[in-house]
Amino acid sequence: MINKVVDNIEKALEGVESNMTFMVGGFGLSGIPENAISALSKKEIYGLTCISNNAGVDDFGLGLLLKRKQIKKMISSYVGENAEFERQMLSGELEVDLIPQGSLAERCRAGGAGIPAFFTPAGYGTEVAEGKEVREYNGKPHILESALTADFAFVKAWKGDTAGNLIYKGTARNFNPLMAMAGKITVAEVEELVPAGELDPNQIHTPGIFIQRILQGEKYEKRIEQRTVRKRE
Amino acid sequence: MALDKNQIAQRIAQELEHNMYVNLGIGIPTLVANYIPQGIDIEFQSENGLLGMGPFPFEGEEDPDMINAGKQTITTMPGAALFDSATSFAMIRGQHVQLTVLGAMEVAENGDIANWKIPGKMVKGMGGAMDLVASADNIIVAMMHTNRQGESKILKKCTLPITGVNCIKKVVTNLAVLEVTKEGFKLLERAPGVSVEEIITATQAKLIIEEDIPEMQF
Repeated sequence: MINKVVDNIEKALEGVESNMTFMVGGFGLSGIPENAISALSKKEIYGLTCISNNAGVDDFGLGLLLKRKQIKKMISSYVGENAEFERQMLSGELEVDLIPQGSLAERCRAGGAGIPAFFTPAGYGTEVAEGKEVREYNGKPHILESALTADFAFVKAWKGDTAGNLIYKGTARNFNPLMAMAGKITVAEVEELVPAGELDPNQIHTPGIFIQRILQGEKYEKRIEQRTVRKRE
Repeated sequence: MALDKNQIAQRIAQELEHNMYVNLGIGIPTLVANYIPQGIDIEFQSENGLLGMGPFPFEGEEDPDMINAGKQTITTMPGAALFDSATSFAMIRGQHVQLTVLGAMEVAENGDIANWKIPGKMVKGMGGAMDLVASADNIIVAMMHTNRQGESKILKKCTLPITGVNCIKKVVTNLAVLEVTKEGFKLLERAPGVSVEEIITATQAKLIIEEDIPEMQF
């Protein structure tokens, strides 16, 4: 068994530098690697390119890195919940590459799967297609999208074992399994870390081969972005 | 009288068919789930990774690991399934999801839709909208007929950056039901008490009007 466990978040982040490209899992605030983001936001690293579906909110998630102007460029699909993000983008301080969500997911998957590029119908005829090769398949135009990889991928799972195998919970899975595949170094933080052999191999979502470092997160706030409830009848 | 947002959703719900997989966008489209006709089984897909989305949780039962694409806390129905974002968009691009309902800032008579960006003002991103409109066989737009300034959102040509070309099939607004045909928007129904003339006045695009236009039935 190959042991992927690191003792603490500092060891997990060893080697991160300014101007690197990071992938950060999560959808909204669900399934984000809280501990890694928090530790990165305390480091003197700047000029980062972050690939993440969203950009957090002003005081949580990637918003923490935005506030300290550590991010030079964001590659995302939807950034509507973060006022500071919008301000930095409209003023030109922050470079932003907005990508259709399905293309973003597939580009990460492709990056980890050794597929350099693929054709998709999403974005044809829009700003997203500018400068991209167009080809017709089955009578329909498609655009060429390239794979994404990163120096580090930071992902979050519910349970993990010492071999790096991961199980996600609910909709907190989202981009995490795809980004886990696409990082040169993938750091997985989990709510519960167990010895190899304790997780049922049938239930593993991300096999440990994609993970270089794993640790149990120190604490999880798991903030809810939009609390919606119904009344009991 | 013009419809309110709930009535727009209620009219769109009449388009649901038994055993459909449906993706609902944020805003008015979300309300469609409240009006599923009796005797019809529908499964809602949420593009962040859930098939078989249920209603909001009871107070105290909210789970941060269970949200919809609008980041709202939700629940799962019996038989629900969870998956990653790439699998989710395989369902969408692969046309396994049969109906998409989404909002728009503008629609055009060639079937174009704009709903993701106002240059220099509002840039929230397209989220999954571009993948959805590029792939779905059946796309219904739920929107108000005019904007806050009273200007028509039903146009000859979109003025905002578009989300997809030549893709929408039907538009349900507070005033009318429109079908997108090769010749342009065809007026199918009008809101109760709203005249054809009022709809023409509120519409910048050319309208195809054949014979008597019936009122929507609820």
